[in-house]
Amino acid sequence: MTTGTPTNSMLLVLGASFVGSFGAVFLKSGAEHLHRNIASLFVNWRLAIGVVFFLASSLLYLKGIQHGELTILYPMVSLGYVWTLVWSRIFFKEPFTRNKFIGLGMILVGIVFLALGNR
Amino acid sequence: MSTLDALKHDPEKARRLSIALVFVCTLLGAAAQILMKAGTLEYPHSGALQLLLAIFKSGKLFLGYAFYGISTLVLVVALKYGELSILYPVIALTYVWVTGLSVLIYSEAMNPWKMLGLLTVVLGVGVLGRGRKS
Repeated sequence: MTTGTPTNSMLLVLGASFVGSFGAVFLKSGAEHLHRNIASLFVNWRLAIGVVFFLASSLLYLKGIQHGELTILYPMVSLGYVWTLVWSRIFFKEPFTRNKFIGLGMILVGIVFLALGNR
Repeated sequence: MSTLDALKHDPEKARRLSIALVFVCTLLGAAAQILMKAGTLEYPHSGALQLLLAIFKSGKLFLGYAFYGISTLVLVVALKYGELSILYPVIALTYVWVTGLSVLIYSEAMNPWKMLGLLTVVLGVGVLGRGRKS
């Protein structure tokens, strides 16, 4: 399949998925350090780093999708779910389960279908 | 807050609550994406920094980011009570809403690929949300 999507756009979106997956890791880490009061939400450096990563990720994504086809770029950004599955096991000792692999696999396939439908 | 403490002793309830919260995140995220796409269309040739500054010029971009902000707060609460590896992929439901909204708002055509995609993503989220069976 020939594509009018520049390599640069793909790298930007791939970078967005990678940075975003680390944003999720910091948010999870920050959430585990949350206390009962509202103030702890705003003095939590882990959450702050998570938000900065998400912001950086969204800027990379916005820049990435300015040119090129969403058919290619949409499924690429969802690779962030795969990175996150790996980080969750490494950093939070969350187990790999069959349902996680099957569910995530279906989600990724579904997103490719959606992208094909959006051509 | 004592109800939140009770959740720690009822993992099944906590899991369901966390998934419900992420569900709310996906609705907010979909609204944000539609707004931001509309917003970036107003600045087609801008760099990353210009896009960032455009938040203050474009109401759509501003509202889009605000929705993302609220959605992030809800996500953080969800993450406190659930596994990251289950909750993060559930965010893919955002694609389902965005596709639906694009059909409704922008009159984009529905086709078999989209229907198949919507169904597969929803079923995938269902499998993920079924809990820990290995």
